[in-house]
Amino acid sequence: MSAVQVRGEVLSIRRVGAYHQLTLVAPGVAEQVRPGHFVALAVGGETSAHLLRRAFSVYRTQDRGVYGGTVDIVFAEHGPGTRWLAHVRQHDSIDVVGPLGKPFALPKEPVPCTLVGGGYGSAPLFTLAEQLRERGCRVDFVLGAATEARLFGVLDAKRMSQSVAVATEDGSLGERGRVTDVLPEVLSRTKADVIYACGPMGMLAAVADLAARFGAHSQCAVEEAMACGVGVCMTCVLPVIGDDGVTRMVRSCVEGPVFRGDAVRWADVGTVPEGTWGSPAVGGERS
Amino acid sequence: MTRLTRVIAPGSNEPKLPDVDMSTRLAGVTLSSPVMTASGCAGYGRELDQFFDITEIGAVVTKSIMMQPRSGRPTPRMAETPSGMLNSIGLQGPGIDQFVERDLAWLEQRGARVVVSIAGSTADEYIRLAQKLRHSSAVTALEVNISCPNVEDRGLVFACDPVASATVIEGARRNSAPGTPVFAKLSPDVTDIVAIARACVDAGADGLSMVNTMLGVVIDTDTMLPHLGGVTGGLSGPAIRPVAVRAVWQVHSAMPEVPIIGMGGISSGADAFEFILAGASAVQVGTSIFNDPSAPIRVAHELQQLLGDRGVRRLEDAVGHAHRQQAVSQSDPQPAQPAPEEPQSPDDEEPNS
Repeated sequence: MSAVQVRGEVLSIRRVGAYHQLTLVAPGVAEQVRPGHFVALAVGGETSAHLLRRAFSVYRTQDRGVYGGTVDIVFAEHGPGTRWLAHVRQHDSIDVVGPLGKPFALPKEPVPCTLVGGGYGSAPLFTLAEQLRERGCRVDFVLGAATEARLFGVLDAKRMSQSVAVATEDGSLGERGRVTDVLPEVLSRTKADVIYACGPMGMLAAVADLAARFGAHSQCAVEEAMACGVGVCMTCVLPVIGDDGVTRMVRSCVEGPVFRGDAVRWADVGTVPEGTWGSPAVGGERS
Repeated sequence: MTRLTRVIAPGSNEPKLPDVDMSTRLAGVTLSSPVMTASGCAGYGRELDQFFDITEIGAVVTKSIMMQPRSGRPTPRMAETPSGMLNSIGLQGPGIDQFVERDLAWLEQRGARVVVSIAGSTADEYIRLAQKLRHSSAVTALEVNISCPNVEDRGLVFACDPVASATVIEGARRNSAPGTPVFAKLSPDVTDIVAIARACVDAGADGLSMVNTMLGVVIDTDTMLPHLGGVTGGLSGPAIRPVAVRAVWQVHSAMPEVPIIGMGGISSGADAFEFILAGASAVQVGTSIFNDPSAPIRVAHELQQLLGDRGVRRLEDAVGHAHRQQAVSQSDPQPAQPAPEEPQSPDDEEPNS
């Protein structure tokens, strides 16, 4: 895979619950996307004062024949970049770089898989579910959000899985609580070998912990703040344990965004833990 | 591997660019293009090679390397600011040995021109870094980063003090290959940048890179605490461009014979041209890469187009032109034009001053 930069064209934008779903014609990007990949969009137009790329995981891609491939993303209005994005109109152009990052690793055997999404973090899980099912995997979903409006893809999930468990913090749909409150029951029932998760850091940390307790593998897609998305700015790092047992500050844009849940030092995100490769305590040049 | 053509920049569709000699001489080294990447904004070149051919730009300036591997600072390391950003990466890197074996070797094999940026905690560390690179055929020039603001102790920013700057530059110069130019990268956060520049040149710097980021702080009004893990960070991007152009202007005015590489908020050919007119012989594109990963080649093409549109046939004729304009306009009502030059064969790379 090689990332490309294209002038994308807005095909459509529509509201989905509390979110926006944007469909972009992005030839050369769409064709290469695998579940877990993301795209980095320039925001604000040509005279923008907002220089940094906004990264979004890909919800789905479609071959549109004469249009070329399209890429769909789902986003919430958080700041000036996403507010601008929410107001684009059909035929507007947006600079797209992608596909970026490492996608979800797929099991070689047809093992049961549970897919866990928090808020619109669930977006990349649906194409993943399709590919898992093509491999003969049993797929179960656990979706959670603060409110019903902030859930994404419950109907999609029902269409492509054995079961869907829903948790909302206000109890407006499904169980009252968080995904991690309902996940143990689902794991006991489905005997999942692999858990795929995408959502906020706290949720991922809890899912990775539960996966370890149930003896399952976990694949977690992180959401770290990025400036470039392509691996040159070094802002999106987090402490990850390598195969050699050494913790390194690794870029979530190129070495991630999908990591093995047991490799990320979740409790230490936002710090440089003692003993990290190149940290001041060991081998840093401090003479 | 198929390289798909990007369709966004005017530079991408093999544009017909005007015939301008874009080569530039920097302290004995001739580059085919005056546009480089800025240190810390292009990694070691590999990632950007997906988006444009890194052998087509003047040089890849690598992220500052230190003797030992370095983890950098905790996150958050970045805050977006109006027309810019604040970063506190903290010189994360693999250390000089792995850099030479893996990254520099890749760049050489790829055929890129490489300016290696080095950073040290002590004057001695710069000497040892220069020695490590002394025999490498891959190094076109050294850029000595004496101005990274992301160190634990602001007292260690050598570029804030003329004596400390001179000590580092003298050591790096003395321990580098004689044919490898040594550029000192200066901080704009000083009272008198000309004094620092002069100290570096007197200590043996073959040229100057101006400027590094400016120190800043962003406070998160939700948490009511500093946003960056490292508290302070370096401000970069178009927000600092006039400051950088001013620094180049002042130093070129004081020492017109010293080659300058200008950087600070360059995101277009016109931005690059400002630096050239202020006295820079080459430019670097940094933060704009985060916005547009093909910015370096786009800026190079835009600059060439712009020079052609103004009838400038050689980039070198435009270097420092704004100073000449000023000098002439004070004594002569005729607007100054870059001096017309005799036609030159494109492969003539000899100094012709």
